[in-house]
Amino acid sequence: MSVTHSYPLKAEVKNLNFYYNLVQALKNVHLPIAEKMITALIGPSGCGKTTYLRCFNRMHDLYPGNRYEGEIILYPDRLNIISPKIDPIEVRMRISMVFQKPNPFPKTVFENVAYGLRVRGENRKNFLEEKVEKALIQSALWGEVKDRIYDLAFNLSGGQQQRLCIARALATDPEILLFDEPTSALDPTATSKIEELIMQLKKEVTILIVTHNMQQAARVSDFTAFMYLGEIIEFDKTDKVFTHPSVRLTEEYITGRFG
Amino acid sequence: MPMDNDKNIQEIRKKIALNKLRDHLFWIIGLLSTLIGFVLLFTLIIDLLIDGFPRLGWQFFTSYPSRFPEKAGILSAWVGTTLVMIVTAAAAVPLGIAAGIYLEEYGKKNWLTNLIEINMNNLAGVPSIIYGLLALGLFVYYLKFGESILTGGLTLGLLILPMVVIATRESIRAIPNSIREASYALGATKWQTVKDHILPYSFGGILTGMIIGLSRAIGETAPIITIGALTFIAFLPSSPVTSEFPFFSFKWLLDPFTVMPIQMFNWISRPQTAFHINAAAAGIVLLLLTLLMNGFAVYLRYRFRKRIKW
Repeated sequence: MSVTHSYPLKAEVKNLNFYYNLVQALKNVHLPIAEKMITALIGPSGCGKTTYLRCFNRMHDLYPGNRYEGEIILYPDRLNIISPKIDPIEVRMRISMVFQKPNPFPKTVFENVAYGLRVRGENRKNFLEEKVEKALIQSALWGEVKDRIYDLAFNLSGGQQQRLCIARALATDPEILLFDEPTSALDPTATSKIEELIMQLKKEVTILIVTHNMQQAARVSDFTAFMYLGEIIEFDKTDKVFTHPSVRLTEEYITGRFG
Repeated sequence: MPMDNDKNIQEIRKKIALNKLRDHLFWIIGLLSTLIGFVLLFTLIIDLLIDGFPRLGWQFFTSYPSRFPEKAGILSAWVGTTLVMIVTAAAAVPLGIAAGIYLEEYGKKNWLTNLIEINMNNLAGVPSIIYGLLALGLFVYYLKFGESILTGGLTLGLLILPMVVIATRESIRAIPNSIREASYALGATKWQTVKDHILPYSFGGILTGMIIGLSRAIGETAPIITIGALTFIAFLPSSPVTSEFPFFSFKWLLDPFTVMPIQMFNWISRPQTAFHINAAAAGIVLLLLTLLMNGFAVYLRYRFRKRIKW
């Protein structure tokens, strides 16, 4: 897996095993995450890609019986973010997540975006306003909502809600942004807007995206990892994976012969 | 053959007619059953209104009980009911909400929380007089609160505590998990998530549960009689506002009291018809209060549902 050797790394997964109680969901996963690049995770349902993504912000700590083994090293400070010694809250403050279905809070657009900062104890109004505006511009939503940032977020359309969730995740200046099938609940127009946005965002942040949609992975990502039954079968540059996969299973999956 | 076919059709028609007859029969039975319930309730209310309505007036609300039915009123009873309800709410609401939040958000799901859950549901069905007995032993004899407003309020608070807990848990459960995850993913702690999301979003349901609990407590008689509330009170509890520093007092908490249902019970057990009319009038007031509270609960539920849809 030396495909990333010429790129600076933001994180490195080494020997990661993950268990839901006694069921092992991830087996001995290795993966380098290149800085300010987009890494896509593809694979059939139940292959562990979402489980894998949720290790990065310790979401599994919210539920009993889950166990990590191995390391996810975050650069530059070489912090093993899945170590039990590291507070999951600290990890979540550095690594943001956008979920499968838009999940805005039943609050105003402003309060949604500002919440991450409020959690950090930030209450200065001017500062919050500045940050909210910046995040909404970054998520390409500002133009559509600038006149109604004090309206309830539920009044936005599905695609707008998802971009709001992206703004919410961006407002805290995360080091890595995790996307868990961010367009699976959206129509094609909203989907292409989000994809464009994701490609824009890699200038500023390292991105990890789980997707069911292979065209999406091919369009947006720089690196692609194909997962199957909790293991990484192939990891390479996206072009390579989609044009000359080196493993037969990968080829069968991307050509739609199974999955 | 055509003869045969005709016969067949006639047989089918006969069967359809019979089925339709049964259908109509059930329609009539259903309607009658509904009407019995409705007519009985309606008659009760009309009867109460005819008897008691003319008696309702300023004098009725501002007079103490009296030996003379036309001079008697419900002043001490409605003041007592109001104060007892304040204590009930103050005791049951914070405890119930905190317990509900703990069980849903903090408590690990194990045999102990399961046991608590089963018991909580059973407690909601325990006859109210049992609570009266408990309160008599605990609040009156052991803690020496006496036959006071404090004892009455705490007793009814215990009675509605399971209802508040159950309502809290149900409205917390209605919040989708994706909202919790969104909050945690931004680095919020459990308490931040509860304070900023869980509580505000479940507030409508909690409030509804509280009001329905209080509207049950307001009509409770048995536990209040058990703890020894007086039936004839011709004075008001001491005022919570005083003229001297610090301008408020909690002395009223330890004053004796009566409540509306007890006042009714007292009047109805007298031989004179005039007192029975007083009882009917007090009944109207109690009924109206309950209706108002339930109506308010329905309104709140409607308003919160409209604002927050998952």
